[in-house]
Parts: sequence; structure tokens; C-alpha cells
Amino acid sequence: MNMNLTLKVWRQKNAQDKGKMVEYKVTNISDHMSFLEMLDVLNEDLVNKNEEPVAFDHDCREGICGMCSLHINGEAHGPDRGVTTCQLHMRMFKDGQTIYIEPWRAKALPVIKDLIVDRSALERIQHAGGYISVNTSGNTQDANAILIRKSDADKAMDAASCIGCGACVATCKNSSAMLFVAAKVSQFSYLPQGQIERKERVMNMVEQMDKEGFGNCTNTGACEVECPKGISLEFIARMNREYFGAKIVSEK
Amino acid sequence: MSQGFSKSSVGRKILMALSGFFLLLFLFQHFLINSLSVISADAFNEVSFFMGTNPLIQYLIQPILLFGIIFHLIMGITLELKNKSTRPIPYAMNKPSENASWMSRNMVITGIMVLLFLGLHFYDFWIPEIKTKFIEGNMSGLNESGELRFHEELLHKFTDPIRVGLYILSFVFLSLHLLHGFQSAFQSVGFNHRKYTPIIKKLGNLYAIFIPLGFILIALFHFHVKIRF
Ligand code: SF4
Ligand code: FES
Repeated sequence: MNMNLTLKVWRQKNAQDKGKMVEYKVTNISDHMSFLEMLDVLNEDLVNKNEEPVAFDHDCREGICGMCSLHINGEAHGPDRGVTTCQLHMRMFKDGQTIYIEPWRAKALPVIKDLIVDRSALERIQHAGGYISVNTSGNTQDANAILIRKSDADKAMDAASCIGCGACVATCKNSSAMLFVAAKVSQFSYLPQGQIERKERVMNMVEQMDKEGFGNCTNTGACEVECPKGISLEFIARMNREYFGAKIVSEK
Repeated sequence: MSQGFSKSSVGRKILMALSGFFLLLFLFQHFLINSLSVISADAFNEVSFFMGTNPLIQYLIQPILLFGIIFHLIMGITLELKNKSTRPIPYAMNKPSENASWMSRNMVITGIMVLLFLGLHFYDFWIPEIKTKFIEGNMSGLNESGELRFHEELLHKFTDPIRVGLYILSFVFLSLHLLHGFQSAFQSVGFNHRKYTPIIKKLGNLYAIFIPLGFILIALFHFHVKIRF
């Protein structure tokens, strides 16, 4: 079935521009399309009319890279659960519906243009501690040479499935990045390779998170619901434990 | 210099939870003592006298309690103000109820309602206590006719229907606050476990509903008794 939709899209020329919601109509949208394909249709229309297309982030379009974003009709990555915007099907919408499309909103994730926000704050948090030390002198040990308890490996993998999209921040009423940071802290904390920097990692990443101006977590749990990768609040609890344990013995 | 524990978002969250735990314990013992007032006026008087005059409770526990309340309050408001400032441009369309409960999103509102009640409660009970004990210097706990005065004072406050109404309303807000707060405190101190967290959530709901309900029933009991006799 094909649909006609009214879109209310955030347009903003650049970081300095004030920006506003602009209304567009799209017609003949197939319910098999993904949300981004629907935006492609809109952009094609705009280009044909010699208007500036709507800028939005995307890359893999299969839910693995974390580039796509968008706050769609009041929810991060739209109304579906466990999917990114690129995986969101148009069959989640109805013919004649009005759809609000906005960028992630947070002081720490400022808009660059239209629907694109600057997520480098998340990268700076990762730089502050999201790494491990590896011997690269030519006789690097195979990671699989160290045996790891299956349940720990599974949890590390669960945490590592965070794609850094920022939906957790966008949906949180406090713009807190705790779910993201918790995933990044946890993925290494389960593994033997992550032990060397374990204490500094959590302290430095939390400090960087606070410096970037993200809010404080109040455990509303919205992030867990909206996260396309199903990252669990368990990891936030784990990060809190890690942090407490590290801070209490820290000499700094 | 690295970031101080009490300056960090995670540290503050843990402190918020610890003060919350302390207040949960306090509320529970307060409930137990209030329950006595229904069972036996004498027992209630005895325990109130003990609580009101025991030096350990008066000079150690009471200041800690006051500190706990003030800390929880100031920290809660500080965090809320900071959180509010993190999203200068709001969403034109937002559906917060799709992913989080009303209670979890409105802790500041329910908290402030409880605070207003505490103001009234202090005015009703705590300030007169301090006045009798420390300004008038009467540590005996006795009224003019030489009996312990606490039960009678309690009954006196529950004669006014408006007070009882406010009292009930406040405990509804407290219940809403605890429905999120109880389990949230466990999460904040890092206690989240696949097996035990569901039990904690159930326990939290029981606590959040039945303790405030208990306070309400005790108030209604005395109000009712007053009307009949
Ligand atoms: S935790 Fe989930 S919502 Fe947050 S950045 Fe990672 S994948 Fe996205
Ligand atoms: S475009 Fe890669 S996850 Fe959506």
C-alpha cells in the first residue's frame, strides 16, 4: 500500500542558524520502504524543485554503523523497538499521518546542519579510556589464546554491541550519556585484556562525560527502551560499581 | 587533580541513593512507632518518650537524619537544575510516556510535595517539641496532669479534617516518589542482578504502597475515633 504523508522537518542552515520546523508533503511512499528511503524521496523532490535537500546522517543503512539518528514523532529512532532509523519500516506509519522529524536534542550534541548533530563528545569520552594496551612489538599474542568464561564473553559482547548512535542521550529527559558510557566501560571490564586500565578507564570516561555537559542519570530507564541495540541498564549499575570501586582506592 | 567523587555524576547518584536508603529506614521505624499509637496509647507514649529523650537518638541520630533530609533535598534540586539545562532546545514533539514511567520522570515534583509536607510536619510536631524541651527546658515528657503527653498531642493534630486531608495527599505523593525511588536507589549503588532485581522491584512496590497506606490508615483511625467519642 502506498501512503501520502505530511512531514514536519527541522531545518537549520548551520550551527549558528536558529532553525525551524518546515512542513513538506511526500506522496506515494511504499510501506516497504525504510524511513531513510522515504527521506530520499523527499530529497529527490526537493532537488528537482531546486531546493536544498534535508541533511541527515547515514552510512551502512543496515543497523550496524550507528550513523543514522533522528527523533521521529517524539521517539528516538521512531516508534519501533530495537531498530535504528535506517531499519525503521514505513509500515509503522499510516496513510495521511503527520510525522515530526527532529535532530537529537542535547547541549552536548549540537546541531551542525538540519538533522545532523555533532556526536564527537561521545568520541572524546571513548578516547578518555575506551581502549586497551596491546603489545605490538611483532610478537603480538592472539587474543583467543587467553581463555574467557563463556558468560563473561557473552556479557562483553552484549556491551560491545553499542553502536554509539546517541539515542540514549537523545531520549533521556536529562540528556545523560550513562548508557553509552556504561556499555563502553563494561565491554572491557569483563575481559582479561581490559584489566590493566580498568580503574583509570572508568574514572576518566566518567570525568570526560561530565565535562562534555551530559546530564545526570535518574534511572528513568528510557534509554534502555529506545536503544536500538538493547543495551541493558545492568551495565549502568556495573559502571556505578566500577566507579565506586575505583574511586575509593584511587590515590589521585 | 582528578574529579572528586561528590562532584561526579556517578558519585552524586550514589550519594543520592545512600541518603535515600537512610530515609527509607527512617520512614520504616517511624511507621512502626506510629502503628503503636493504634494498638496502645501507653506503649506509644513510652516509645515516644524514649525517642525524644535518649541522648544517642537526640544528639546523634537526629542530626544525621536532618542532614540526610537536607542533603537529599539539596542534591536532588541541584541535579534537577543541571539536568534541565542540558537540553536548551526542547523537542517539538516528544512522547516521554512511551519509554519511562510518570513517577520516574517527576521525582522532583513528588519530592517537593513531600518537602512541603515536612514543613507542616515540623511545624506541627518538631518545632513544638524543641520548644518544650529546649526552650522551656521541660524534658519530662509530661503534660499538666502529669501523664505522658505524646499520644494526646497526636490525637489533637488529627482532629482537623483539613490537616488529615493534607496528610493523606502528602502520603500519596510519598508513595509515588517511592515507587520509583526504592528500586532506583538499588540501581544507583550498582545493585542490578538478573535474579534479584525483579524481587527488589516487587519489594519496592510493596513498600511504596503499603507504608504510606499504613500512615494514612493510622491517621484515619485517629480521626474516626475522635469523631465518635
Ligand atoms: S547505548 Fe544504545 S542508544 Fe546509546 S549510543 Fe549505544 S547503541 Fe545507541
Ligand atoms: S545507517 Fe548505519 S546504523 Fe543506520
